[in-house]
Amino acid sequence: MAGEPTASETPWLDQDAKPFICIKGVTKKFGEFIAVNNVDLDIYQGELFCLLGGSGCGKTTLLRMLAGFETPTSGQILIDGIDMSNVPPYERPTNMMFQSYALFPHMTVEKNVAFGLKQDKVPNDEITDRVHDILKLVELQDFKKRKPQQLSGGQRQRVALARALVKEPKLLLLDEPLAALDKKLREQTQFELANIQEQVGITFVVVTHDQEEAMTLSSRIAVMDKGQFMQTGTPTEIYEFPESRFVADFIGSANIVEGKITEDNADHVRVSTDLGEIYIDHGQSTKEGSRVWVAIRPEKVHLSKKPPSKKGPNQAEGMVDDIGYLGNTSIYKIRLKNDRIIDVTAPNQIRPKSRTHQITWEDKVYLGWDASSAMLLKK
Amino acid sequence: MTETSYSNDSISSSTQLLRQVMRRLQAGWRTIVILIPFLWLLIFFLTPFFIVAKISVAEVVIASPPFTKMIEWTDSGIMTVRLVFDNFLYILNDSLYSSTYINSLKISITSTILCLLIGYPIAYGIVRSGPLAKKLLLFAIILPFWTSFLLRVYAWMGLLADQGTINNLLISLGLIDEPIRMLYTEFAVYVGIVYTYMPFMILPLYANMEKLDGALNEAAADLGSKPTNTFFKVTLPLTMPGVIAGALLVFIPATGEYVIPDLLGGGNVNMIGRILYNEFARNVDWPVASAVAIVLLFLLVLPMAVYQHYQGKATEEQ
Repeated sequence: MAGEPTASETPWLDQDAKPFICIKGVTKKFGEFIAVNNVDLDIYQGELFCLLGGSGCGKTTLLRMLAGFETPTSGQILIDGIDMSNVPPYERPTNMMFQSYALFPHMTVEKNVAFGLKQDKVPNDEITDRVHDILKLVELQDFKKRKPQQLSGGQRQRVALARALVKEPKLLLLDEPLAALDKKLREQTQFELANIQEQVGITFVVVTHDQEEAMTLSSRIAVMDKGQFMQTGTPTEIYEFPESRFVADFIGSANIVEGKITEDNADHVRVSTDLGEIYIDHGQSTKEGSRVWVAIRPEKVHLSKKPPSKKGPNQAEGMVDDIGYLGNTSIYKIRLKNDRIIDVTAPNQIRPKSRTHQITWEDKVYLGWDASSAMLLKK
Repeated sequence: MTETSYSNDSISSSTQLLRQVMRRLQAGWRTIVILIPFLWLLIFFLTPFFIVAKISVAEVVIASPPFTKMIEWTDSGIMTVRLVFDNFLYILNDSLYSSTYINSLKISITSTILCLLIGYPIAYGIVRSGPLAKKLLLFAIILPFWTSFLLRVYAWMGLLADQGTINNLLISLGLIDEPIRMLYTEFAVYVGIVYTYMPFMILPLYANMEKLDGALNEAAADLGSKPTNTFFKVTLPLTMPGVIAGALLVFIPATGEYVIPDLLGGGNVNMIGRILYNEFARNVDWPVASAVAIVLLFLLVLPMAVYQHYQGKATEEQ
């Protein structure tokens, strides 16, 4: 507790920190299909860790191996230093919140939440108190006597959370916890979930396919594809410093162009692409002439109807091909001379005087971006 | 201009008329849809029931039909209604009938429990098996219905007889020296009833279990519940509607069963179906036979009413 706050907030950077969960070379095969392919991962105490990926990427299988519903084909999982290989689900220090919530339909909210405590032979008085406290935390104290069918989706989600939390597990596993909620409720619940995690201080591992959910919730994210980790890092690292085209494209959207390195210095790189010359203000120590990709986020491209004052790198011109109006922002599809389409998003900061916008279809526009904006990808 | 608006009007009024006609027709259809099962039950269930009830309060005579009339007109224009409850008193006082009822209930309740104990794991196994195996297993459950019920009971006679397949096999294997007496015992009746009514237990159980969310078992395990505890606290309560439906489908026909106790039990196993047949066909005492049937009906209606009550409560809760 008295340690440096920075170290406790980013334990993965601390050389001496002991990981809470160790996943060592874990592989899971279903017949010939490799669901999880030789992954290694350390998760630390108090983290809210997200496994993010499309369907079939192996994220749920990995979570189910943590819960004990699947056994790894090879490799080892340690939770709090204990090898979990031969520990059945009912003896693990973990609890899971299921995607379908899996609430017992024949029990009231109260009995659902108390079920886990009864298995541990907790005295009845204590069960009553703990159930009461946890239902208060998720704001369901007035719904104790209801059956799950009599609750709304959001209320069921909170019962499922309460049922998993009430046992005070060392590790809480959440499988797509917000997938069944509508957008507004989901956004609200994301923050609630993160707050509850802070209050109870339990390590959370969340599986999700929703990148926005992962970004809002997590301390760290592991992006998965085809049973492997593509990149692991904080939301900012994943978004601003992707290591591959897959990650750049999967998280948010990105304009990715192929190019050749023409100049590589300690403090800058020049890449020749069909988007013109791109200048990046940090070194990369890559061989000149080697093939690379450059990704530029749509919101980091400036859009203007006026030509730039002086010619230079990081510039392009084109014509507005299409506009997607989202209210707060607009997505512009800009067609360059070589027919390449570049996505640009711009906030609608000024309320248009008439019903038409400043930049509209068929307009000739100039694009530009900062030297720090372009991201160099080697794979 | 006026003409077009006029034709528009006529179109809208004719569509309105059409809609009204449709609505009437729909209402008419609804009545018909309800009327069909109602008439069916009235003609084929309620009417025969009242005829049987009427005969049960008549007296036996040697005539055709062999019972007295309920309502008679004398010459002076007086209507006499004769309700004779002797038949019921006779059934209740003669220990043969009461012991046979009790024996019938004992056999049908035991058979129902046996069907449940054997059928439950089978249904559970089918639900848990792969899609192809599931189809094959369900097919195997329904397959016996494709051969005559009577034929299957005769087949059991061949299997269970003193010189039957099972005894011959055991003797040839040297396990026994003398045939074990199986046919014409209560054991044979149990075998017959359990075998015959097993699909009626398995199918409702299967339908019920199929709807169960597999994640519930995982959730229970995750919360620290061992498999046996999960079965009694989660799986069994949630499959209770299937258990009750299956149990009634076995219990009700098994209680009134005639063919199985007659063919497999011989004269040694008394069930109410046989008594009923004997009274009706051999003694030609229709009133007593009817009274036996009425008492049986009430014995069977009671569990049905309990089930209906339970079902109503369950649906109310949902």
